[in-house]
Amino acid sequence: MIAILLFLAVIFLIAGWWLSRQGLMSKPWLETGATGLAPGREAVNLPASKVGLGVFLAVVGALFALFISAYFMRMELPDWRTLPMPRILWLNTGTLVLNSIALHFAVLAARKGNLRALRQDLLAGGAAALLFLIGQGLAWDQIAAMGYFAASNPASNFFYLITGVHALHIAGGLIALARTSHRAWTRDNPERVTTSTELCTAYWHFMLAIWLVILALLAGWLNEFADICRQLLV
Amino acid sequence: MADATPHAVDDIPAAEVPDVELYHPKSWWTKYVFSQDAKVIAIQYSGTAIAIGLVALVLSWLIRLQLGFPGTFDFITPEAYYQFITMHGMIMVVYLLTALFLGGFGNYLIPLMVGARDMVFPYVNMLSFWIYLLAVLVLVASFFVPGGPTGAGWTLYPPQAITSGTPGGQQAGIILMLVSLALFIIGFTMGGLNYVVTVLQGRTRGMTLMRMPLTVWGIFTATVMALLAFPALFVAAVMMLFDRLLGTSFFMPALVEFGEQLEYGGGSPILFQHLFWFFGHPEVYIVALPAFGIVSDLISTHARKNIFGYRMMVWAIVGIGALSFIVWAHHMYVSGMDPYFGFFFATTTLIIAVPTAIKVYNWVLTLWRGDIHLTLPMLFAIGFIVTFVNGGLTGLFLGNVVVDVPLSDTMFVVAHFHMVMGVAPIMVIFGAIYHWYPKMTGRMLNEWMGQFHFWVTFIGAYAIFFPMHYVGLVGVPRRYHELGDASFVTDSLHNLNAFITVAALIVGFAQVVFMFNIFWSMRNGKESGGNPWRATTLEWQTPATPPEHGNFGKELPIVYRWSYDFSVPGAPEDYLAQNDPWPNAPAGGKA
Repeated sequence: MIAILLFLAVIFLIAGWWLSRQGLMSKPWLETGATGLAPGREAVNLPASKVGLGVFLAVVGALFALFISAYFMRMELPDWRTLPMPRILWLNTGTLVLNSIALHFAVLAARKGNLRALRQDLLAGGAAALLFLIGQGLAWDQIAAMGYFAASNPASNFFYLITGVHALHIAGGLIALARTSHRAWTRDNPERVTTSTELCTAYWHFMLAIWLVILALLAGWLNEFADICRQLLV
Repeated sequence: MADATPHAVDDIPAAEVPDVELYHPKSWWTKYVFSQDAKVIAIQYSGTAIAIGLVALVLSWLIRLQLGFPGTFDFITPEAYYQFITMHGMIMVVYLLTALFLGGFGNYLIPLMVGARDMVFPYVNMLSFWIYLLAVLVLVASFFVPGGPTGAGWTLYPPQAITSGTPGGQQAGIILMLVSLALFIIGFTMGGLNYVVTVLQGRTRGMTLMRMPLTVWGIFTATVMALLAFPALFVAAVMMLFDRLLGTSFFMPALVEFGEQLEYGGGSPILFQHLFWFFGHPEVYIVALPAFGIVSDLISTHARKNIFGYRMMVWAIVGIGALSFIVWAHHMYVSGMDPYFGFFFATTTLIIAVPTAIKVYNWVLTLWRGDIHLTLPMLFAIGFIVTFVNGGLTGLFLGNVVVDVPLSDTMFVVAHFHMVMGVAPIMVIFGAIYHWYPKMTGRMLNEWMGQFHFWVTFIGAYAIFFPMHYVGLVGVPRRYHELGDASFVTDSLHNLNAFITVAALIVGFAQVVFMFNIFWSMRNGKESGGNPWRATTLEWQTPATPPEHGNFGKELPIVYRWSYDFSVPGAPEDYLAQNDPWPNAPAGGKA
């Protein structure tokens, strides 16, 4: 449960930092009147949708941290055989990075109000994401072709499970991306287009980060880290 | 002594109420069925949760009939018995308590109490309910598939959960159970996002975090915990579905069943236990924290006294929420874990008793020298404190490894958790319904039926669960269909079991009276007016009762004080509503 505990530690740190700025030491029974009416004290100064996305990403992060925890615990058992990594995963990583770059430029374009560049960047981002999904499908095929399908090996089971859950999140992100693009094309209220683009981009950056962690996990680079943690505990 | 007289109110600018875009219902369907109004969603959530809860109540009668009068009822076969206990536990913990506290009370109270027009994402909020309903329907469907629902125990421990010896293990039962849980979690996450972000973003002017009623603090913290803990159950459910459907071996060790080697091998049932309890323990506090919060408000309002130690109450809620994530393995002392782990988890478990005890002291000190009105909500609140202390004390027994090992999996454990997370939160739910029913309907619940309901439920719950501790101490294991002729099973034990069963049936009947009261009072109850309890919090200050869509009419209230200004010296009444600018004139020059 190392991964999830570390993740929670980070979440608690953020929550603690935020709470420490909320006047938890105040004595509300003495502070009647205008206290707290000053702008900025009563709520977080962000649109609700951004805070909502932040909370949602924390939940998604917890989900993957738990899968990773389960991976580490299952890995210790004797029937574990490390999986060879299909090369195409590197290419897929590249497409996901391209997607993030494109969306990053999309945000810049949206903030400047450059609708044409925005549309191009959104399109490029979407195409890269689609390529990533296709690439993941090919990777699944290759693993199956190597004879590691389903019940034969816990490492390959985890490979399918974790990349599958990640791919589902990517697919969900594509839907959000499609809605944002729709807004960009129908010349919706520019503020909404910008917010929408920013939200999308934050989500996709997060998905890239998660993917990099998954890649490191599946390639075995995190094993030593897990060993160190285990030694610390015992 | 602290100076309780309020300071002069500075000039407060006129409320700048942002024009909130509300989706206004256009037809009967969108007003009452596919509604995006948090209050309607709250009632839908509550209605569904209580309906499925009644199923679980009936199941508990069947369980008790078997235990009290073994061999009398032919239809309660061992398989059926396992299905009953499994479904009873799962429904009560997840589909009733979690859904009612967060989906029901959370939806109703958060927007009203923080002074918002609605949840921040009303559409997602509506989806949350419909997915929850789907989860409940999938769960109910499992009663009607061949083989019936799963009988794996509410903890669904593998490997037995998916082997053929367990009811529903190789049939559809376990699959529907896992799918239903996954749906519940998806639905809950949608609702949970709303509750959290509404508290963070939707608060009205002047409503600082430290002015929020403890009810909101409790529901808020519990929701944050649930958002982080439920994914563990989701992961466990998905991996078990893989094991069951695709033949993977995440949790399944090599097994021989009826002389046949199964295809599984190498998996770890302990891994499942870690995942399950990483959800399961926070779940206890996900149910308890809203109860803590609500009971604080009930006690303060009905004792006409400010809550003792508000700050400490808030810190305790947050502290309990954080600590509850590092105690999960105290459910696994007998799983063969490293003794040092057991020591660690016993320590954290006992540490969590400190903030919890602080809360209990503060409730009692709030009552001390209060003007206690023994209204129905107050009776249930006091019932909660007593019951929670009882259940908490046996928790100290079970939290210690050496005491837990002999008591593990006995009826003592069953008695403990029913006291602490069954009866105690249910007491709060009842108290809360008696308290807020007037706001939801404009009418009071009938007092005499309520008195009957309280006394029968309260005394009856003790008649059920006090003796059960003894049954467990003698050594009766939980989950056994019949005790047989073991040497420790005496005649008196059988009599005691029969007594418990009779008490359970009587308590069950009292709930029928309660349900009748709810429907009867909707038309025939005494009219309550907008603020029958003379309470301070914002939901009682709405222009209309029941509140309309948008909650507060044209302008959102401005909050001038915390939510516990009772008996302020010099004030015109014995309470000051949160939006009461006393001693200054209201903003805008209205008298």
